Amino acid sequence: MAPRKTLGESLREHGVSRRGFLKFCAATASMMALPPSMVPAIAAALEQARRPSVIWLSFQECTGCTESLTRSFSPTVEDLILDIISLDYHHTLQAAAGHQAEAAREQAMKDNFGEYLLVVDGSLPGPDMNPGFSTIAGISNHQMLEEALAGAKAVVAVGTCAAFGGLPAADPNPTGAVSVLDVVKDKPVINVPGCPPVPMVITGVLAQYLVFGKLPELDEYHRPLAFFGQSIHDRCYRRPFYDKGLFAESFDDEGAKAGWCLYRLGCKGPSTYNACATMRWNSGTSWPVESGHPCLGCSEPKFWDAGSFYAPLSSPLGSPTSTLLGAGVTGAIIGGAAAALAKKRTATVVADRQPVTVEELEQKL
Amino acid sequence: MSDPMGFLLWVKGPAFDWALAIFALGMLARIVEIFILGRKKNYAEAKGGEWGPGFKTILTRSIADPGTFARAPFDVVVGWIWHLGFLIALFLFIPHVELFKGLLGIAWPGLPNPVVDAVTAITILGLIAALVHRLQHPVKKRISTPEDYLVWAVTFLPVLTGYLAYHRLINPYPLVLGLHILSVELFLVVFPFTKLTHAFTAFIARWYNGAIFGRKGVES
Amino acid sequence: MSELSLQRGLDALRAEIDAPVAAFFSSCVHCGLCATACPFYTETGDPKYTPILKLEPLRLVWEAEYTIWGRIKSSLGLSRKVTDAMLEEWEELLYDSCSMCGRCSVVCPVGNDIQYMVRKSREGMVASGHTPEGLVGAAGRAIRTGSPMGLQWKTLAVQISHVEGSSGLTVPVDKAGVDYLVLLSSMEIINFPEYLEAITKIFDHCGVSWTLSTDCFEATNAGIQIGSKDIAAELVERVVSAATKLGVKNVISPECGHAYTAIRWEGPNLIGRSYPFRVFHIIEVLDELRASGRLLTDGKETDRLSMHDPCNLARKSGCIQEQRNLMNLVAENFVDLKEHGKYQWCCGAGGGVSSNERAEPLKMAAFKRKKAQIEEVEPERMVTMCATCRTQLEEGLEEFNMDIPVVGLTEMIADHLVEKGPPKA
Repeated sequence: MAPRKTLGESLREHGVSRRGFLKFCAATASMMALPPSMVPAIAAALEQARRPSVIWLSFQECTGCTESLTRSFSPTVEDLILDIISLDYHHTLQAAAGHQAEAAREQAMKDNFGEYLLVVDGSLPGPDMNPGFSTIAGISNHQMLEEALAGAKAVVAVGTCAAFGGLPAADPNPTGAVSVLDVVKDKPVINVPGCPPVPMVITGVLAQYLVFGKLPELDEYHRPLAFFGQSIHDRCYRRPFYDKGLFAESFDDEGAKAGWCLYRLGCKGPSTYNACATMRWNSGTSWPVESGHPCLGCSEPKFWDAGSFYAPLSSPLGSPTSTLLGAGVTGAIIGGAAAALAKKRTATVVADRQPVTVEELEQKL
Repeated sequence: MSDPMGFLLWVKGPAFDWALAIFALGMLARIVEIFILGRKKNYAEAKGGEWGPGFKTILTRSIADPGTFARAPFDVVVGWIWHLGFLIALFLFIPHVELFKGLLGIAWPGLPNPVVDAVTAITILGLIAALVHRLQHPVKKRISTPEDYLVWAVTFLPVLTGYLAYHRLINPYPLVLGLHILSVELFLVVFPFTKLTHAFTAFIARWYNGAIFGRKGVES
Repeated sequence: MSELSLQRGLDALRAEIDAPVAAFFSSCVHCGLCATACPFYTETGDPKYTPILKLEPLRLVWEAEYTIWGRIKSSLGLSRKVTDAMLEEWEELLYDSCSMCGRCSVVCPVGNDIQYMVRKSREGMVASGHTPEGLVGAAGRAIRTGSPMGLQWKTLAVQISHVEGSSGLTVPVDKAGVDYLVLLSSMEIINFPEYLEAITKIFDHCGVSWTLSTDCFEATNAGIQIGSKDIAAELVERVVSAATKLGVKNVISPECGHAYTAIRWEGPNLIGRSYPFRVFHIIEVLDELRASGRLLTDGKETDRLSMHDPCNLARKSGCIQEQRNLMNLVAENFVDLKEHGKYQWCCGAGGGVSSNERAEPLKMAAFKRKKAQIEEVEPERMVTMCATCRTQLEEGLEEFNMDIPVVGLTEMIADHLVEKGPPKA
């Protein structure tokens, strides 16, 4: 196999100027909240980076994460990065198919044992579930993941399905779908959730890993703080309206047209941590709230089961109204029975009582 | 359940259902327990009505007479302040209006968030002042029981955690919101078995008071 | 003969728990405002006299037997039990330091009628044998002699002839079919004999048909004071029996507080049936006579007068304006105490407190609230319509060296009656 080009060599071959490359490094630095002084280090590291092998396993997924990533319209530095990474296995983007594709995967795993980056999208049926629920080339997702883990340096779980179980794991979860972290215990895991994740977030995470060779700072859900450290609510451009108490009350009403806060239409921004409000989608064109739709909270665990997308965050889940009524009726019956019983006992006591006399009173003196 | 979102979804889901169930069961049982006892027939000739004075007393008893106000201004003023504040924060904060809409199917206008925020801050101070007073005033000290302090705590916590959640003073947000909802659930569960029942039974008590006095010709 | 016991006391308390009691206990938030309304607390500063605290035995029974949580606590052995020791401790709180004036009941923010429940609690104290000696004595005398002070008809007969001699009028006795059967209180027969003369003159002036009854002349009810419905019922039955025998249309309760409450409000419920007659306080009757133009007066008192409303008449029976109408008839310089009528302050002696010798120091302490009210207004004389209040005012004012005479309203009215009939030659 020919020695891989460095990233710098590849970029020059593709006509990316030094200036353009440095611009990308600066953007990457600021995205990761690194100081401008880091840019030369980023440039130097990326310049020399050998194209690492990346094996991308797609399990119970809708391919939305790949679609998001490749739907970027900006000057295709992301595309170049993808070209520069040696993407040795990816269902949608690879040319090979069938046995050849699997052979390529196994070869790459063997050649780069201990060094390759494993990317997973989609959830997988749990180890105790019927392995036939989701297979690739007759191999169950779980088995394929275990085999790939052996030589992986780190795992990046792309999309909410891989990070938290996502849609397949939503109630009633017929396949017993689990997340990558539910299965992977002894390799570093970075979660990049979103349904799908913001494209630049995926490439930003990969770039950060390339530059530093170690995991970025992660939150309690293993999400990079650089992209998932702020809530949508804290970065939302409509926040002043929330603070003033101005809410749209239905789609297309005056408040909606005036761009007021979408809390009452179901926005989950306050409890959602992602970069949508700052980085936005389609290379910064817009994002759901800006186009008038409440945030779904899609980068959070169990967001599919967290209540209707159009019910406000403060709405109760479950069926509290019927609980209230049922419990109330039960309480009334219990209280009524108990009180009636006590009353009856008292009536007996009263019927049997002896009147108090002055003699009895005097006796106690 | 050990992660913030899992915690939030648990308190919003099954925990809320259980808390509401216990609250509704306990409260209805208490109210029915009261009414089932009934009153003995009154053979004395009435001098006035019962229903009018009963309902009038429900309203007038909220206003302290001038003499009592002069003797207990702290109780009257601070009592009004924190009760009103609590009710405003509970019923006129837009996210709470949505909660009641989801629960009961009806909604009403709310107050702007900054107004509710200021009222909540005052309510917190009022509640703390009320606690200090209860610990220091000889009468309150003498008649207070551990239940009084438990009730203070379960009433104070929702207001405090609500304030913390609104201002996002604890991270991540699902944790602090979950704590707020959990504190409300604690309040609901404790409610029917403590003096908190007065929120409903005081109106019954005031009616009986007005009725008893009204029947004897005493003005409400 | 059976004995009073804790069990009978607890049963008595159970029998007293009704919907209002349950609503009241469910609503108390321990705010302590009831204490600010009670002269026994305000004048001693001792928080144990806080009114709601008096009800603890009743509340414990309610909680343990009429609430879900209470039943659970009780079955786990976690609730305080009402014991003889506790009731002994509570005797002072329910008798010595409470006149059942009801001021706490009109002040409680959640609407608790604490006075209502004190009355009920006393039933438990009676049945368990935890009552003050003075009240037991009064009850014994009332049942055996008809008068809590042991007063007999023959003493009253002497007074009657005195009144007849002095006024030249007849005091009707055992006259059937008249409008009013008049009851008296032993206290007033002994201390304020001018009352009998006053009503004799007034009724003659107004042409009212009335009578006393040798079967029953006592209005006061020691059963109410001690809190025994059995004793109270027996005393009421005597009145009913006398009134029925004479076929009177109405019964008048004299210048007394609790007697009116006993006969007007509690009586029919004690005997379990409505009366075949109506009941009025003398002040109500006099005001009616005034309003109908049958009572004509002349001249007015010129000195500065103020008035003490008896709690049982004003706050507990709504008779507030009537006495003021009458005052305005015969007084030109009448000024009310600052808190009067419904919010007036108890003199401290009612509800059995004055019959309870042990409570004398507390009674005098409570009077200081009244004293402060009087000092604020600086009257030259005080007017009232209850013999017990009048005695307490006189004794209290003397105790504090205040030279303010106390006079009864009825006698003041009688002093200003216009001579009716043809003018003298």
